[in-house]
Amino acid sequence: MDIETIINFSLLTLLALTVIVLIRMKSLLAIALSSGVYSFLSAGLFVAMDAVDVAFTEAAVGAGITTILLLGTIAITGREQTVSKHKRFLPIAVITITGAALIYGTLDMPLYGDANAPIHTHVAPHYLTQSSEEIGIPNVVTSVLASYRGYDTLGEVAVIFTAAVGVLLLLGKTAKRGVRKQ
Amino acid sequence: MITGYFNYWVVIILMMMGFYIVISDSNLIKKIIGLNIFQTSVFILFISMSKVKGGTAPILTAEADVYSNPLPHVLILTAIVVGVSTSALGLAIIARIHRAYGTVDETIIHEQDDLQDEG
Repeated sequence: MDIETIINFSLLTLLALTVIVLIRMKSLLAIALSSGVYSFLSAGLFVAMDAVDVAFTEAAVGAGITTILLLGTIAITGREQTVSKHKRFLPIAVITITGAALIYGTLDMPLYGDANAPIHTHVAPHYLTQSSEEIGIPNVVTSVLASYRGYDTLGEVAVIFTAAVGVLLLLGKTAKRGVRKQ
Repeated sequence: MITGYFNYWVVIILMMMGFYIVISDSNLIKKIIGLNIFQTSVFILFISMSKVKGGTAPILTAEADVYSNPLPHVLILTAIVVGVSTSALGLAIIARIHRAYGTVDETIIHEQDDLQDEG
């Protein structure tokens, strides 16, 4: 086993452990902070898998902004989780069946790191060989993001705008009407 | 064999644990966190598929000739930002629910609704 595989294995194991701990926690503050830990660990894993742009976006936006939003919401709603009895059997049955079906599905997938996988033989070689000539930026991810698939980024901006409008409508001054009388 | 599938299997375990939080926990904030865990596991799945053995980050240099696939990276960059937007909207709805009901626990919200239907 080379060092890359070992780093990959240990980061994935740490991710799984973080989520197990998170499921068992009761304090919402601790849960929000461990979800930040989870995001940072996944950012580390993205670096190990050569996705540096994804890693810094995940660290800044996923771990940073999401944790801040969670902490802001907890500041409004209170940090203690009310403990309520729940049936555990049905959810566990559902995730076991779904998980088993998905694992069965992975057996048809190309092995991790396989250079001949279908995903690497379609448009990716064109991006890697032609983009320095066609676009002139050494970072291929930037070329694809801003030029070849620029309309995706435009759609993303539309999503952010819609979400911002939604948040402002929900939390703005006008939303004060309609508060239920206790 | 194990090294070839390990990433996919851990991703599925993470995905199912996130899904478990969403369907089993009655706290709405924890449900959003479960959804985030589910989302991030899908990101890891996509990035795992883009990795080429012996490759390097897709930034063109004279020293490297094998690069990982840049396309999934672009898709996931978009997905991360969209994920944060949906979390923000979900948390805003939770804050609004808290203003109306005084709680973020689903069971108590249903109890209050039932009481109001009867009254």
